[in-house]
Formats: sequence, structure tokens, C-alpha cells
Amino acid sequence: MVEETIARLYAEQEMRCPTHLCIGQEAIPVGVSAHLTATDLVFSGHRSHGHYLAKGGDLRAMVAELYGRETGCARGKGGSQHLVDLACGFMGSAPILASTVSVGVGAAWGARMAGEDRVVVVYFGDAATEEGAFHEAMNFAAVRRLPVVFVCENNLYSVHSPLAIRQPPRPISALGGAHGVAAACGDGNDVEAVHALASGAVARARRGDGPTLLEFATYRLMEHCGPNGDLELGYRSAEEIAAWQARDPVAVYRNRLAADGALDAAAQERAAAETAREIDDAVAFAKASPFPAPDQLARFVYPETGR
Amino acid sequence: MTRQLRYFEALREAQAQILASDPRSYLIGLGAPGPTGIFGTTAGLQQRFGAERVLDMPASENGMTGVALGTALMGRRPIVIHIRVDFAVLAMEPLVNQVAKWHYMYGGKMTAPLTVRMIIGRGWGQGPQHSQSLQAWFAHVPGLKVVMPTTAHDAKGMLIAAVEDDAPVILFEHRWLYNVSGPVPEEMYRVPLDQAATRRRGRDVTLAGTSYMTLECLRAADLLARIGIDADVIDLRTLTPIDVPALTESVGRTGHLVVADTGHVQFGAGAEVCAAVAERAFAALKAPPRRIGLPHVPAPTTPALADLYYPRAREIARAALDSLGSAAALPPEPDDPRRWKDVPDPSFNGPY
Repeated sequence: MVEETIARLYAEQEMRCPTHLCIGQEAIPVGVSAHLTATDLVFSGHRSHGHYLAKGGDLRAMVAELYGRETGCARGKGGSQHLVDLACGFMGSAPILASTVSVGVGAAWGARMAGEDRVVVVYFGDAATEEGAFHEAMNFAAVRRLPVVFVCENNLYSVHSPLAIRQPPRPISALGGAHGVAAACGDGNDVEAVHALASGAVARARRGDGPTLLEFATYRLMEHCGPNGDLELGYRSAEEIAAWQARDPVAVYRNRLAADGALDAAAQERAAAETAREIDDAVAFAKASPFPAPDQLARFVYPETGR
Repeated sequence: MTRQLRYFEALREAQAQILASDPRSYLIGLGAPGPTGIFGTTAGLQQRFGAERVLDMPASENGMTGVALGTALMGRRPIVIHIRVDFAVLAMEPLVNQVAKWHYMYGGKMTAPLTVRMIIGRGWGQGPQHSQSLQAWFAHVPGLKVVMPTTAHDAKGMLIAAVEDDAPVILFEHRWLYNVSGPVPEEMYRVPLDQAATRRRGRDVTLAGTSYMTLECLRAADLLARIGIDADVIDLRTLTPIDVPALTESVGRTGHLVVADTGHVQFGAGAEVCAAVAERAFAALKAPPRRIGLPHVPAPTTPALADLYYPRAREIARAALDSLGSAAALPPEPDDPRRWKDVPDPSFNGPY
């Protein structure tokens, strides 16, 4: 619902930053974050709204960030591609593929150096596993048996380039074995399946048994970047999109809960209304917030604390 | 007399004192704990501080720079070492996109206090991929601090200041400075990361150098002194910022500027220095500023070509004469029995 609102309001041209929606991929961060505490840390890439919100990131600060306001989580300097909320352990997101994977591994190592018990989750897409930096980070996490869960959201496309022309026909999770990292793959559109796989990986990290690579099959229903669909580009078929639309993780789980009698129509309505109120509040907050003052342009290039 | 240390010994002492005084600090680099200890700069440190404070690493310059950044976000103070600048090119993505911007792009919420040591190779056939001097690349990126200590004193004081600084700092160390001795206090001290130093006072021409080229500027000043020309020599020490007030003060007195940098002339640090001075003190300049540095050519390996490749004191002195419009002849070269000039002094021998 958050991203549907973003998509609707994007046309107003007031959210002036590249925005990568995760509609269709929501189950993965929800299923993973359920196992994390506030002191556990998360790093992400460009498609990070779901990761941020599932970890407990502040919705007002996120929307204000998209609107470029001073009250944004990065004071307007990051935008959608650089979300951060230290209070909940969301350490940052960045759009250079695999760039935050090594930073997350380092955070896990740094926490261990400080004697802190934290699990670090790093989210990235299928194409990030083609970057050398990804393998370098996996290698070091394995050497040091660091408490990291590598979560690959395999949505089959890097922008418009299909997986099959970029990688050989083997599961991405097979890369784990090459690095001595435990690995598994599962259905990323089934939140319970994600939850079950993540449970083992997070527990493993927490008890000091080292990193795990989880690959989740999923699908981006919207265009790579922006508020619309992209069927007209012709790089994927209407049939393919429709097949994944039928497996939309939110709808699938809603229907399952309803069928199980765990969610009646009234509860659904209440939840939707409450979420809509939160979203309205965040948008209103963002729109009412000031833009950064001109004197903020050169602020934070270098720390003001000095030494 | 103040105690004398060689440059590499000053770096080692700085790191030992940092490791001893700041439990957050650690040192990591390919071969850092190895038997030769990064040209002696890390020798013995692992034995003294343990394998969790002085670390070797996988040959993953990119990944390990990101890892070091991650530890810095969690409160550590890493010193990352690249035994040649050329290897750090593999770490450009994390340095330029992540380390440099982490503080800014998250609105000041975190800092990235990394120190990265990069050694500029030269001589004995270091060639195209073991002798690059790429400080201008890093100085071009907002968020990074780039310093180039010339003396043993500054090597120690700037390294300590770099580790204590909350910003990421890159320390360029020229291999030909490693055996040069100078006075180094035993206690921990800091040299500011934003100030040049005047190494010689003169009134006729300003010679400004980076790193090892400061020594060539001093030799050029000696040559010029023998023909009655009195040079001011400035050791730039830092590129971020360039100490423009120190330069304009000097040029205000001399009216002439020659900049000698260890890197390529084209788009190099010397161009930035000349532009900064011209913008702020154009009226003081009596002639166009001159740049001395490497030609737009990769470093050749054979000494027959490398000896032509690197400019020396005579080129700097000639540029000064040119700026002054002087037709005076430089004193003749002293007899040099060496066939090749690809080592700084007899204390260096290959392979190194």
C-alpha cells in the first residue's frame, strides 16, 4: 500500500529521485525481519523500501526522504536509494550492485570486535552476484565465520537484462558451496517459506556457526525504476507478468489467511484503514516539511566533529 | 640532538603507538604481518599486538575496503595498507562511492574513519603497474582527505592525525622517502592534515612540491642558490585542501611559481595548485606558473627510459629560470658514477 501510494503520487513530480518499487517482492523482507531484533543490522541495495519498513524503519522519514525534505531519514541527501534508520538497525542502502555486501560483512566483523552479538542481513538482487565484490565479501565472511545472512532476491532481471544471458543455468544458491557458505533456495513469494528458511539462517548466525546464502525466487511486477508497469518495453511477456501477478505474495497470503479463518473481512478492512491512515500521515508530514536550507549543501562532506 | 628515524621507522612507530593507545584501531593489508612487513613499516607489530590487531587479508582490495568501512561504521579505526597505489585501483568503487560519501549521503548520521596507506613505487623497473602516483584521482572526490607527508616527522604525525580524524584519510607514501632520516619525537604527536610547510625561505621564486618532489625542489633550490637565485620551497603536504594561503603568501613575495608533483602533469595536482594561485593571486604572478611532473606516458620499466621519464631537480631549476626570464646557466652536473638513476641512493638495491 505504501508503494501504491508512492506510485500514485509520483506523477505529481514532487518525489524527484529514482525510485525502485518492490511490489511483488514484499514477502522476503517480512519473512526475514521476523527473526531479527532491533540490534540486528540490515544493509540493502536500490530496491530497499520493503527492507527498510520490515526492519522497523520510520515511514514518515522515508516518505520525507523521497520528497527531498530536511526531515527525511538522510536529510534529503540520499533519496529512495539511500535509506537509513539507525534506531532500528537499518544501516543503509546503495545502488551500486553488491557494494553494501562487503560493508555488511564488515559491520558483522566490527560488531564482533566490539564484543557485540548482532546478526547482519544483507539484501541484494540476482545481478549483484555477478559482481566480484560479492564473492570477495562472501569469501571473507566464510573465512571469519561471521554472523551474516546473505539474502538474494532473484527477480530474474537486471533492469531489462534477463538472467539467462547473464548467468549459467545453476541456482545462485550454488555459489554458497563454492565459498564454504551454507546455502538454500526457496519461494520468495511465499512468506511462510521465507520465514522458515530465514529462521535457520538467522539462528545459525546467532549461535556462531557462520554465514548463510539464501536465494529467493521472486518477481518485480513494476518497471525497474519508476511508478508504472513496463509491458510495452517488450523484454518480458504479458503471460509471464500475469503468471507472477497471480502469485502476488500479499494477495496469496491474504487469501491463505482468509481460507484458514485467521483473517476475516472486518479485520482486513481495519488493517487496511489503519495502514492508509499511517500512509496519509506520512505523506502529509513529508509535504509539510521544509526543504533543506541552502546552508546544508556542503554540510556533512567532512565530519564536523573533527578528531 | 633530537632522535633521528627513517621514514619507514616513523610510520612503524606511529602505528605501534596508535595500536597501543586506541583499542579501536587495527591494521590490515596484504602481507602486513609478513616477514618483510610492508617495507618494514609493520614489522614486528603482529608479534606485539596480536593477530586480531595486525592482520593479513584475502587478495580482495575491493571487498576488504568495504569490510573495513563496515567495521568503521561499528566504531573501529582501521588502517588499510596497499603496498602499491596500483593495487588500490581495485578498491576505487568502495573508496569513491561508499567511503567518501557515507557521511554525506546519510545526512551525517554515520562517519567512516578509515585510514588508507598507499605506497607510490618508483625505480628498479617498477614499470606501468607498480609506480603510479594517482593522488589527483582521490583528491577529486569530495569526502576523502588526501595527504602526502614528505618528512619522517610528518609521516608519523600525519598518520596519527589521520587515524584520529573522523573523515576517511588517504596517506600517500613515496617509496623513495622510506630511507630518508629526520628528527622524530618519541611521543605521540599530530601534524595538521590541512597545512603546507615552508622548507626553505627565499625571495625570488616559489618551488612547491608534493611528497618526494619536495626533496627535488630543495635540490633545485641549492642549484639555484649557486647562481644567486633564492628559492622559497613549500612542501604541500596535503591536497584536500591545498594550502592556498601559504602559496599566495609565498607567491606574493616571489611573483614566480613552479609546482613539482609526483604524478602526471595532465589533470594533476600541479594543475590544481597553479589554478588556485592564479585565481587568487593573479596580480602577484610575474610569469605563468610552471608545472613539473610525469609526461602523459605510462611508466616504462627499462632504466634506459625510466631515467628520462622522471623529472629531477635540474628540470625544476630550469623551469624556475624560465619563469624568471633568466639566461643564467645552471651549475654543471656533478659527476655521477652510476649508470642508472633508478634508485634514490645506494641504500636501495633491487629487488624492492
